[in-house]
Amino acid sequence: MGRSFWLIVGLSLSLLAGCAQQPAKDDSLYQDLGQRAGIQKIVEGMLLHIAQDDRIYKYFAKVDIDRVRDKLVERFCVEAGGPCTYTGDSLEEVHKGMNLSRSDFNALVEDLIAAMNEQHIPVTTQNRFIARLAPERGEVIEK
Amino acid sequence: MALSLSMYLNPVVLASVVGACAAWVSPAADAEQGRLIATGGASSIEGGAGGGIIPWAMLAGYDEQGEWGGNAFATHVDLPDYTLDVVGAAASYGNRVEISYAHQRFDLGSLVSKLNLPEDNLTQDIFGVKVRLFGDLIYDQLPQVSAGLEYKHQNDFLIPSLVGAKRDSDVEGYVTASRLFMGAAFGYNVVVNAGLRYSRANETGLMGFGGDRRDTRSVLKEGGAAILFNPHWAVGMDYREKPDNLSFAGESDWADFFVGWFPNKHVSVVLAYARLGEIATLDNQNGTYLSVQGSF
Ligand code: HEM
Repeated sequence: MGRSFWLIVGLSLSLLAGCAQQPAKDDSLYQDLGQRAGIQKIVEGMLLHIAQDDRIYKYFAKVDIDRVRDKLVERFCVEAGGPCTYTGDSLEEVHKGMNLSRSDFNALVEDLIAAMNEQHIPVTTQNRFIARLAPERGEVIEK
Repeated sequence: MALSLSMYLNPVVLASVVGACAAWVSPAADAEQGRLIATGGASSIEGGAGGGIIPWAMLAGYDEQGEWGGNAFATHVDLPDYTLDVVGAAASYGNRVEISYAHQRFDLGSLVSKLNLPEDNLTQDIFGVKVRLFGDLIYDQLPQVSAGLEYKHQNDFLIPSLVGAKRDSDVEGYVTASRLFMGAAFGYNVVVNAGLRYSRANETGLMGFGGDRRDTRSVLKEGGAAILFNPHWAVGMDYREKPDNLSFAGESDWADFFVGWFPNKHVSVVLAYARLGEIATLDNQNGTYLSVQGSF
């Protein structure tokens, strides 16, 4: 059985390697999220969920929400490989002083997932998108 | 503490267990539960967060820094000649350290009359501690790596001693790593887990520790993998290598194939096919595994 264990590990690893994400050179994720209009709906849905989220609403209570929406749409569009330019400030600068926790980050991810579910974005597309945001956690939390 | 098997299989009792857990967690509804759903794992048969038959590197509950989390669970394994029932609980703090307790009861079924055994069940208590050493299941560069210790005490040592087991309690350790790979299998998230255990437990300790054939600890491989079809449904498997310390019977490595359902951060259910092989001379002990967990 020892051999079959390593076989399974090997198989799962080669599966992972075989199916690993392409680098963000194509715009297929942008298309799958419904282009700019789709991304705007997702961002607005996320902000609506945040507005009802006791865990993190406090951070957004006094911000210029139109600006945040516009910058988030640009940012998500760029992350997804779309033809946009991000004109906001660096993530580190924006979130400085908030001292966001790991839990705050996960709460926002949950609100984003809820918004994507409402837009009927398939789980596999959601995963691709979240995979591009996850590495940015370090620029956002504990600043 | 030992609840009978019919209690677990009775859906009314099961529902009330789930209900009780839900009621019990509601005072703690302000607990922040800062981790993402399903990252508290299922409850392994030894009490800690994991898959079914092995611990994984994640910690019980949904706590992040500065928060508490935990769970209580009941598991029933129905084999051709035996049944295994486990109840237990685990708590963790700050996604850093986990403590756990499990009580296992192994009913010897037909073996009792076949061998004229003096007892019809074996029980064991397991106290565990697990520490996340570094890394993160989802974020950060490194996978989440945890190390754990388990103190096990076998409560009915007569039968194990008759077949050559050397002691009724022991400590064992393990190191385990888990990582979620986003979109890794056909776009779905995959969690992969691999670990090493240093143990001389016979049938995880239900048949005592050490034996006539070998009385030193062995390094044993453990591993598992699961695909998440969405944040609420997981399908996967666990594998656990086991030592072979007693000459009276062979001891098989174990595997299970599971479906896990995490409807919310308070309840989860795991249904599995457990391949436990030969146990105490009876072969082909392969059957169903059902585990219900309430988290807070
Ligand atoms: C990878 C994850 C995140 C990304 C990509 C992101 C991106 C952004 C962007 C582009 C802006 C607008 C920048 C600008 O105005 O120039 C922004 C603002 C903001 N973000 Fe985030 N964010 C993330 C995570 C979070 C989290 C977890 C929270 C809190 C729970 C948060 C709270 C805020 C707040 C309160 C503002 C408004 C700041 C202000 O206008 O004063 N962000 N974020």
